[in-house]
Amino acid sequence: MNIQTQPRLSAAESALIDAYNASFGDLPGNGAVASARDRLLDDLKTNGLPTRRIEAWHYTDLKTLLRAVPTETSTAVIDAQTPFVAGSPVLAVLQGKIDTKASVEGVVVGAFADMLREGTAAPGLSVIDGDDAIGRINGSFVRDGYVLEVPADAELETPLEIQAIHGGGQVHTRFPVSFGANSKATVIERHAATGDGAAFVSSVSDISIGDGADVTWVIVQQQGADDTHLGQIRIRVGADAKLKLFVINAGGKLVRQELRIDVAGENAELTLRGVNLLGGDTHTDVTLVLAHNVPNTSSTEVFRNVVFDRARGVFQGMIKVALDAQKTDAKMSCNTLLLSDDADFSAKPELEIFADDVVCGHGATVADIDDNHLYYLMARGIPENKARAMLVNAFVAEIVEELEDEQLVEALEGIISAWLVKHA
Amino acid sequence: MLEIKNLHARIAEDGTEIIRGLNLTVKAGEVAAIMGPNGSGKSTLSYILSGRSDYEVTEGEILYNGESILELDPAERASKGIFLAFQYPVEIPGVATMQFLKVAMNEQRKARGEEELTTPEFIRRVKESAAELKINMDMLKRPLNVGFSGGEKKRAEILQMALLQPQLCVLDETDSGLDIDALKIVADGVNALKSPDRATIVITHYQRLLDYIVPDSVHVLYKGQIIRSGDKELALELEANGYADIIGAAA
Repeated sequence: MNIQTQPRLSAAESALIDAYNASFGDLPGNGAVASARDRLLDDLKTNGLPTRRIEAWHYTDLKTLLRAVPTETSTAVIDAQTPFVAGSPVLAVLQGKIDTKASVEGVVVGAFADMLREGTAAPGLSVIDGDDAIGRINGSFVRDGYVLEVPADAELETPLEIQAIHGGGQVHTRFPVSFGANSKATVIERHAATGDGAAFVSSVSDISIGDGADVTWVIVQQQGADDTHLGQIRIRVGADAKLKLFVINAGGKLVRQELRIDVAGENAELTLRGVNLLGGDTHTDVTLVLAHNVPNTSSTEVFRNVVFDRARGVFQGMIKVALDAQKTDAKMSCNTLLLSDDADFSAKPELEIFADDVVCGHGATVADIDDNHLYYLMARGIPENKARAMLVNAFVAEIVEELEDEQLVEALEGIISAWLVKHA
Repeated sequence: MLEIKNLHARIAEDGTEIIRGLNLTVKAGEVAAIMGPNGSGKSTLSYILSGRSDYEVTEGEILYNGESILELDPAERASKGIFLAFQYPVEIPGVATMQFLKVAMNEQRKARGEEELTTPEFIRRVKESAAELKINMDMLKRPLNVGFSGGEKKRAEILQMALLQPQLCVLDETDSGLDIDALKIVADGVNALKSPDRATIVITHYQRLLDYIVPDSVHVLYKGQIIRSGDKELALELEANGYADIIGAAA
């Protein structure tokens, strides 16, 4: 007789399964969507949340770190916040629900809930690979989101903001966005909390960038102190396209932000930048999987992390260069300022190169504030605490300044200085 | 203004003694030159005056306007009016030069209980001083000292000195790496600050700078001690004969 050993479910796993069962018939979707959801949840039941034994989750043992999941969706009425960049149109997502009347000039705006009801969302409710826990959770529970289409040749003059605000509970959103050929746009994807209760958030942005398009995508994560944020952005980049992706993490208790990028067209140029501001007793993981699939593409990746208190940070950066992706030029660096003895940062850069004519490099540094810099500022009369804050700010501000939009740079610098005032 | 008595100091990390019983008095209005061969402790003395934590004072006293400064950190010393123009100013990426100047000026003013400068007043002062030092305002738009040439860095140091209006100016090898034109500009900047209530210590290897910044007193530093003091003629004598005679006589 065989004895089947079922792995013990953690409290969070049980809560997720219960939440799924409880929302039976309530989650939007036709039959195809319902079956896709069931399959994903079955996978979750069978595999559980990923542990350190899964390589992709080695530094973020979700099973252990995710202690509890709020079951309820908060029903409190909350308001949208002022735009991140003054004057930009805001597409608000309040408590996980979009404004069905929202519109933005020059952009086709739809509802993901409609795609679920019509069943067109079903093929996308899939995982990227067997370790894609975020795809699994989001696919099981997703209820709404904006579907955006920037038409070919369109040029958006001001940044467009997707503003997801919650007041606690479970929030699962998805944003399919397509940028037509030769279009030009800046999109800010902002996640923030009112601070009224712990939240469990999953959000997937599914992006396609057409040939010759020029796209800047900025993820601003400012979740609450008790929140879990599981974010994933999937991007397919076409030929001659330019992508600037900027991610700033400045909140949350347990955060994983995955960047899954396929470079699918020749002469595409990617600029990937990230700033992680980590403090308190928090865990933040940025995982990048960047696949250069075709010849003659280039990318640079720079991530800057500042870690205070007992915070833990993770950066996993994988660059894959396919066999025929000759002349790929990719450079990745990850620099960390560790500002407390209890702070911790793990950096895992990886290159997987099959082509033989490429330039790829990576580097990682971990350091404290440079004593020579601190001394110089103090020797001019700047008190130590202020001098330290200036240097930490300088360390990350360098990355922010690469964005060309001055208003956007100012808004991001505002987040950084406000965060430093609170944590440094 | 400055009285250094029997100062002994060592490198904090390995305990190497660099300053070994140094005595020096500099009065208000005085320009004192400190000369000496490599490794005699000239730069170390400037760091110790500024309060750099890599050095420990083990014995003796430094009195500034009659008060000991040994317990003060570099920022406190700076706001009391001690300024060190560095031999090798560090490059600090990400810190905008103008922002740095404004914060430094206002933090010193705050520490002294003075009103902070308004932005227009701050900019007016920077423009005025920069013009005198032939500093292009574009240079000040760059991050602090980043990509500055050697001469630009030295001029930027003198600009900071002019803006901060210190009481005790310490110039560490300010002439090194400067061509003669740059040297004149820098020397003019230093001379412009000369006043009866301000003292200047010029640390240098060569007589050359002292043609432009004329010292009232010259002191020879060797193995962590002042082994001889004199007037500006002493610098000329050193230039002509080298340090060997004086070191020989002191030994």
